[in-house]
Amino acid sequence: MSRRISPVIPGFGLTLGYTVVYLSLIVLIPLAVMFVHAAQLTFEQFWAIISSPRTLAALRLSFGTALCAAIINGIIGTLLAWVLVRYTFPGRKIIDAMIDLPFALPTAVAGIALTALYTPNGLVGQFAESLGFKIAYTPLGITLALTFVTLPFVVRTVQPVLADIPREVEEAAACLGAKPLQVFRHILAPALLPAWLTGFALAFARGVGEYGSVIFIAGNMPMKTEILPLLIMVKLDQYDYTGATAIGVMMLVVSFILLLLINLLQRRIETP
Amino acid sequence: MSIRHYALAALASALFAGSAVAKDYELLNVSYDPTRELYQDYNAEFVNFWKKSHPDDKVDIKQSHGGSGKQGRAVIDGLRADVVTLALAGDIDEIAKLGKTLPENWQTKLPDASTPYTSTIVFLVRKGNPKGIHDWNDLIKDGVSVITPNPKTSGGARWNFLAAWAYGLKANGGDEAKAKQYIQTLFKHVPVLDTGARGSTITFVNNGQGDVLLAWENEAYLALKEDGGKDKFDIVVPSVSILAEPPVAVVEKNAEKKGNAEIAEAYLKHLYSKEGQEIAAKNFYRPRDKDVAAQYAKQFQEVKSLATIDKDFGGWKTAQPKFFNDGGVFDQIYQAQ
Repeated sequence: MSRRISPVIPGFGLTLGYTVVYLSLIVLIPLAVMFVHAAQLTFEQFWAIISSPRTLAALRLSFGTALCAAIINGIIGTLLAWVLVRYTFPGRKIIDAMIDLPFALPTAVAGIALTALYTPNGLVGQFAESLGFKIAYTPLGITLALTFVTLPFVVRTVQPVLADIPREVEEAAACLGAKPLQVFRHILAPALLPAWLTGFALAFARGVGEYGSVIFIAGNMPMKTEILPLLIMVKLDQYDYTGATAIGVMMLVVSFILLLLINLLQRRIETP
Repeated sequence: MSIRHYALAALASALFAGSAVAKDYELLNVSYDPTRELYQDYNAEFVNFWKKSHPDDKVDIKQSHGGSGKQGRAVIDGLRADVVTLALAGDIDEIAKLGKTLPENWQTKLPDASTPYTSTIVFLVRKGNPKGIHDWNDLIKDGVSVITPNPKTSGGARWNFLAAWAYGLKANGGDEAKAKQYIQTLFKHVPVLDTGARGSTITFVNNGQGDVLLAWENEAYLALKEDGGKDKFDIVVPSVSILAEPPVAVVEKNAEKKGNAEIAEAYLKHLYSKEGQEIAAKNFYRPRDKDVAAQYAKQFQEVKSLATIDKDFGGWKTAQPKFFNDGGVFDQIYQAQ
């Protein structure tokens, strides 16, 4: 319409239109339906559901374990990406392919396998038991399952960025007298951080909503090891659709705020 | 144009012109978890039975299994089930109330409150019963760990819970406060609450957790039947239990729409026949038919006192909100801890 703005790349109207329609159909409308459903509650009812001690305990557990898992993967995942990009060794391709396995595996299968391994009688769990602590049926077990499921996110976001940083840059820094830690702090970290934050946010968001793999290892004890998605299932099993959407809406809002914060942080890092 | 109309009309009348013409039926039975084997056997029997009187018909029966509540929700949300065979009447009540695909008085349509077979809740213990568990009061002894699914998400677990409650009442002369105390102590011995009956069976059988599994009688027998099960587990029948009544119903609106009304009704009615009852008994469900029950009497141990949902708990319409909905007895015992 207006001739003043003439973007170099044509087709802005068409592509934006397509984006909006697509996003609406796939994301916005389903989410809106959820909000409409939850709107059947008065604010007092809504508040009573999301501020009950049981919901709050589940909220702390779900967001806490997801955060721990994301942090663990943030550290280990970066290390994995580093090893896979910077070194060649026999079996590298195989390890590289294995990173994606947690994605391919049905989460329930992962849950059952992890539980069998980490129960007090399990292959690994018995050692924990003899050391005096339990893995399965505790928040530790939940964190473990989430770490497993969200492993690919950080690795796969950091890996290509790391591959784009020529090895010579690091070597040049080293030649100029930078210590390894300084190289990491001044050369690698600033370039990696935006991608790393994306991976971290994805892992975290996925962890908060994860159900299938957690449900077997969690133990599901009210107030102790009950995750938010389970609470939603519990409500649904009472045919309490609105109560379930109320918790869903709360999860969505909290997740959205956290993701927005991470996005803003990213923006700040990218444009100093 | 008009010729095509005639052709369509002729085709339609041919399809719907009574039983003389062969029909294609596709029937969907939406059921709960442990009935998989039962209905596999029964479907084969029913197809044979139907073919005797309708030799040219094609009958294809599909089964769907999952947690009872989840299955009920699927039907409410539009799964086109012709019949539902669920773990509790409460779930079919919800279909009637929220889905409006069958009348509220559905339970009066078939004999025995629409439950052609029953089951009960028993204990599965480790071989030789090392912890000496014989009745409900043994479950709250020190060092005994009990596996049961979460009553909030599992139909079977609700029967477990009510069986324990029935014992608590009976042992304390009907004192509800003391029954609640018993239940509260009992659940302190429960280390894991899986979301479904099969999940609990995995926890107990495969992961080796707990000393006792509270289970449907048919699930317990199934665990024994699996290879090596007889060498690993024993079944203990407690003095008090509950008559678990898993009901069946035609989802009338769906069946009518699909032209399956007649066959769907016949499908459920045939469950009450001698053949149907025998298949139930072979799959470790207690048959309603007296003769078949007598024939399989050896298979089932007698429970001295069997509570029923209608007589002792005022039906699911009363029991569900009192015990299992938000703020009910189950929530209270965890809130108090």
